[in-house]
Amino acid sequence: MSDTIERTDVLVIGSGFGGAIAAYHLAAGGAKVTVLERGPWLKNDEFEHDYQLGSSYTRIFDFVVGDGMSVLGGNCVGGGSVVYFAAMPRAPKFVFDRHGSIGRRMWPKSVSRETLDPWYDRIEESLSVSKQEWNDASYAGGLWGAACDHAGRTANPLAAAIDNSKCVNCNFMMAGCRFEAKQSLTVNYLPGALAHGAEIRPLHEVQYLERTPEGDYRVHYNIVDDEDYRLQSGSGVIEAKIVVMAAGAAATPVILQRSEAHLGTMPHAVGRYFSGNGERLNTAILNEDKVAEILGLSRGDGQLPYGANAIGKGPTVASWDKLDGSLPEYSRYSLEQLYFPPGLGTILAQAPDASGPTWFGKEKKEILKNWKSWLTIFCMTEDDNEGVFGPPPATGNAHRISQQLLGRGNLSYKPTDNTWHGWNQADADVKEILEKDGLAKVMPWTNDLVGAYTVHPLASCRMGDDPNTSALDDTNELRGHSGIFVTDGSAVPGALTVNPAMTIAALAERAVPHIVAAAQAKGIAVTYGAPAPTGYKSGRNAVLPLLRKKQLADA
Amino acid sequence: MRRIPIRKVDIAADATFTLEAYADTIVPGEKRWPGDRAIAGVSTGGGAVSCGALDLLRWDATGIHDGLEDLASQVNEHARAFAEKAGLTLDETVPPFVSLDYDDRVRLIEELTTPGHPEKDFWVLLSLFCNMAYDSAAHLHTDEALEEGHAGLTAMGITAPDADGLWRFQDFGYGRQLADLHPDTTPSGSPA
Ligand SMILES: Cc1cc2nc3c(=O)[nH]c(=O)nc-3n(C[C@H](O)[C@H](O)[C@H](O)COP(=O)(O)OP(=O)(O)OC[C@H]3O[C@@H](n4cnc5c(N)ncnc54)[C@H](O)[C@@H]3O)c2cc1C
Repeated sequence: MSDTIERTDVLVIGSGFGGAIAAYHLAAGGAKVTVLERGPWLKNDEFEHDYQLGSSYTRIFDFVVGDGMSVLGGNCVGGGSVVYFAAMPRAPKFVFDRHGSIGRRMWPKSVSRETLDPWYDRIEESLSVSKQEWNDASYAGGLWGAACDHAGRTANPLAAAIDNSKCVNCNFMMAGCRFEAKQSLTVNYLPGALAHGAEIRPLHEVQYLERTPEGDYRVHYNIVDDEDYRLQSGSGVIEAKIVVMAAGAAATPVILQRSEAHLGTMPHAVGRYFSGNGERLNTAILNEDKVAEILGLSRGDGQLPYGANAIGKGPTVASWDKLDGSLPEYSRYSLEQLYFPPGLGTILAQAPDASGPTWFGKEKKEILKNWKSWLTIFCMTEDDNEGVFGPPPATGNAHRISQQLLGRGNLSYKPTDNTWHGWNQADADVKEILEKDGLAKVMPWTNDLVGAYTVHPLASCRMGDDPNTSALDDTNELRGHSGIFVTDGSAVPGALTVNPAMTIAALAERAVPHIVAAAQAKGIAVTYGAPAPTGYKSGRNAVLPLLRKKQLADA
Repeated sequence: MRRIPIRKVDIAADATFTLEAYADTIVPGEKRWPGDRAIAGVSTGGGAVSCGALDLLRWDATGIHDGLEDLASQVNEHARAFAEKAGLTLDETVPPFVSLDYDDRVRLIEELTTPGHPEKDFWVLLSLFCNMAYDSAAHLHTDEALEEGHAGLTAMGITAPDADGLWRFQDFGYGRQLADLHPDTTPSGSPA
């Protein structure tokens, strides 16, 4: 083979939670790490407050419309962490015992809330996740809390990876945080990885993998134009001993599907069991007078008591009353106040009591006039892992339509009765809470236009103990393809009933020592044991003894 | 900052007229002049069209720019078939879709965007961009759109940014406890 082929020890595909965490630890441990990321690399001052196409608001996003399910994700260095709302709760205990559609425990035996807690701790330390107080809650979050209370429920300010001392409550956090208040991976793991010599290449879209005669991997990528992602200029290859796949749950299985012709048969679960985290959105249009009169809320200064949709952060307050492990599966969920900017979500909101169409037309226009008084409630339920990816598109994971943002993909999702059961219960609950005493009128987002809609894609390449229903073993290694690890949301076995980034990140932390062991076995000089990228060491000190106990080096 | 200059495709008058009628059905507005046929005039204030729907659709960033004339002729074909089925007489002086009244335009768009319709994807995409012209002015810088009194952003109550074009809100919340915490909350704020 020609010597001109570029080589690295560890090739990481995607720079979101799964990719950044693995890249940091492997680089810190001494491996030569290269990260290929298909999106651009934006500096702080490039995060704009602007809805125009081509501003950061569309450059750093990827919205893929499928058949029955659309997925919104990050598309930039830092991945979803740049666009996300930084709500970082741990998953409740019962989640790890879920059976889902397979009728037996779908998580590996070795992963439970208890065994994951030390890894969650590491993330809290690395991303400065902190408990938020009521003082930190936005008007929208406060209103949701007050409505829950009025309905006899509890409500919690959400744990978040936000430095409140820097936050200006601009509510543009989806366009990237230019104030560095949001603890995206671009302010911790990724700079840490760079400091340890990792190389990050933006605008490199991985297409497929093949094996070299030596048993390593050759990764094929295309170069994407930095402004018009429909344009690709050239391609290349890079060889690596270890590949960490972290392109996100909507992209990782597609790369593997496309690689099947070169690598050989993929586990059955690659591109199957996709979960949208059971997501469902409801829009409530509040009655200002009732909010003032019944909830006793005021914004002072003669302002409407609420009327503040554009003020704040993303989700700040959630109701966990139905996160009750004693309830049957598919009836447990959290209800979270969410902010959704215009453009993407507004069209899916439906006008309550409309006599004509609900998502467009004159009555829809009328409710848009009350946009400041909308309250969006995000239901995270237990779906049935019913998503399946069809044959891969020519490049990437979608056929790109717009210069940025919009594409058509091959994910098909036909919600089962179980999923509908969860959605219907959650919808009814939101209605009960917010329509009580005429506080608001509530309607779920329509599924008719772009299907169900998720910002939390999961499980399309999931881990588990049963080779028939999981693509990865409990170390995140792809079954039958040693040296390929998957550390992104696709590894999470199923819906979590809460925001997933915390769990994705903790599982990635947990996978790292296994990846290090595999790298060592392939002759790479790398060790495990870096502190948090912030320099803190207590998280590491807590997990190292666990590893010794399990003698991971022999894994 | 942009490297690629904004390119807007030109489309024929009839196609423009037809797509204006489509956009006006998605977010209706008031007639621009007496006898304006594209705008059904079922709503007061600016709608998608006066918010610049055609400017947005014609921009090559959307990816539907090159298909606009096809979409216009297709929706006119559908309008013709619709009229025939409903026994309506079309006014031949305007494109068929423009000749339909608002309620029939609505019925037709509902049909075209129903799950299972073979062309659904196209009509949803067209509707999405028509809506975006109104609710986010995706063809304009947001601060400039507001300054120029963009009807959609203004109606939605989006406030002006600070002098540097950025939004900040010092006063952002009620600042007090509004509900009891769930009893199973960990010290770091997660579900137990
Ligand atoms: C608007 C929004 C708000 C959110 N808010 C929250 C929240 O508050 N809390 C929470 O827990 N979660 C939130 N999420 C979800 C969270 O962002 C994701 O769960 C998380 O980022 C997933 O991590 P990941 O590592 O699986 O993938 P990602 O973070 O999506 O990273 C995957 C990366 O791979 C890149 N990529 C894809 N294909 C290729 C390819 N072929 N070659 C190279 N690179 C590729 C992508 O561009 C991307 O950067 C939010 C998501 C969105 C969209």
